[in-house]
Amino acid sequence: MRLTLRIWRQRGPERPGAMTTYEVDGISEDMSFLEMLDTLNERLILEGDEPVAFDHDCREGICGACGMVINGQAHGPERTTTCQLHMRHFADGDTIDVEPWRAAAFPVVKDLVVDRSAFDRIIGSGGYVTAPTGSAPEAHATPVPKPVADTAFEHAECIGCGACVAACPNGSAMLFTSAKVVHLNVLPQGAPERESRVLDMVAAMDGEGFGGCTNTGECALACPKGVPLQAIATMNREFLRATRKGAR
Amino acid sequence: MYPALPTVCVMALATRTVRRPSPLATLWRSTVGKKTVMAVTGVIMLLFLVVHMLGNLKIFFGSTDFNGYAHWLRTIGEPALHYSWFLWITRVVLAASVALHAVSAYQLSRRDLAARPTAYAHRRPRASYATRTMRWGGVILGLFIVWHLLDLTTLTVNPRGEAGHPYQNVVADFRNWYADVVYIVAMLALGLHVRHGFWSAAQTLGANNARRDSALKFTANALALVLTAGFIAVPVSVMTGVVS
Repeated sequence: MRLTLRIWRQRGPERPGAMTTYEVDGISEDMSFLEMLDTLNERLILEGDEPVAFDHDCREGICGACGMVINGQAHGPERTTTCQLHMRHFADGDTIDVEPWRAAAFPVVKDLVVDRSAFDRIIGSGGYVTAPTGSAPEAHATPVPKPVADTAFEHAECIGCGACVAACPNGSAMLFTSAKVVHLNVLPQGAPERESRVLDMVAAMDGEGFGGCTNTGECALACPKGVPLQAIATMNREFLRATRKGAR
Repeated sequence: MYPALPTVCVMALATRTVRRPSPLATLWRSTVGKKTVMAVTGVIMLLFLVVHMLGNLKIFFGSTDFNGYAHWLRTIGEPALHYSWFLWITRVVLAASVALHAVSAYQLSRRDLAARPTAYAHRRPRASYATRTMRWGGVILGLFIVWHLLDLTTLTVNPRGEAGHPYQNVVADFRNWYADVVYIVAMLALGLHVRHGFWSAAQTLGANNARRDSALKFTANALALVLTAGFIAVPVSVMTGVVS
């Protein structure tokens, strides 16, 4: 395959950036999108140019490190992570636009790499349970009904890639935050901090400068892990409940 | 010396129960809370619109019925309430709803726009038309409310403007093509606003879940359609001579 890439190049934070055009040839349709970029980078290095910086780690679709907006869609046309997107979903001769996640809370570090530590601070504000550490607890000590476990798992699947923020027209982190809140709030282990968790995490989310939710649903369509849009409704319900209770 | 002492003090402070602001302050300061304000005021306005639309349809029973209904609205709650008090209470609640809805929308929109300072170079159409037009549709509806009150409440811009004769005022109004255009455009904007707004309010208030989702979307569409059709029926009937 021969492709024309238009990639956002930016030398560093606070530096001006621009879409830069590259031609790549000899791309196999079995390559992942990241392998296609590796091919380009190898050539750039040989030519003495600066390779395109992008985040990646497991390349198995489970870590959430990779992420770029491909032709206006977070992680590209397939509902998966960029590392699991294969070039067979593009046609020979295509022009592909590649941009970083765009959000005030995710400043560009370099090229396609953005700083997602805002997510870490949201998690730090309440995305945990206070559990005794040490030896593993006895499995039957805290019974969890199967449907509850399923709901918790469905939301725990979030890998924190940030595609929801990138896809949202408001740069909102509601799907991410709600996935974490719902995951822990439905479980008995998360019950002691049920109210403070949602209040603190929403406050942290707002404090990072993410936008608000206008229920466009773009986030859930972009989520590679299929976190449902209803997670946001559940978090709203938890938030209102905690506000009513005046939370400890 | 005891360098560990300050650390101990800090830990003791950090484990103390955190005092939280009042529920109303929590709501108004957070994006989720402000959306709740929009949802609640939106539902209040929506309930009013359903009653308003049904009341409008009385025009098809003639001027005596329609004018009598308008008069009756002022006598609701008598003798506990004085003449037209109920109407004024309704007006105050609605004016507060419009104001809170608009202020929240303005503040949230400012925030939303600031959260995406750099636009994507590759743009593609996002979301449904109703969803994308919520902001400007809301502005159109706000301007329409001003025009509508000047036209049929204060009668300032009404071509007939005879207090106590709403039937005659409505008919005189909708004989003008521009009044029909303004009204019909505004009601189409209303339909779009309700289509996204009703479902969105359910989502914001946490009333939505996987089982209810399609029922809520159906209700939103039905409400949008019935309200728009019911409101537009009046100018269309005057234009076609069904009501004269």
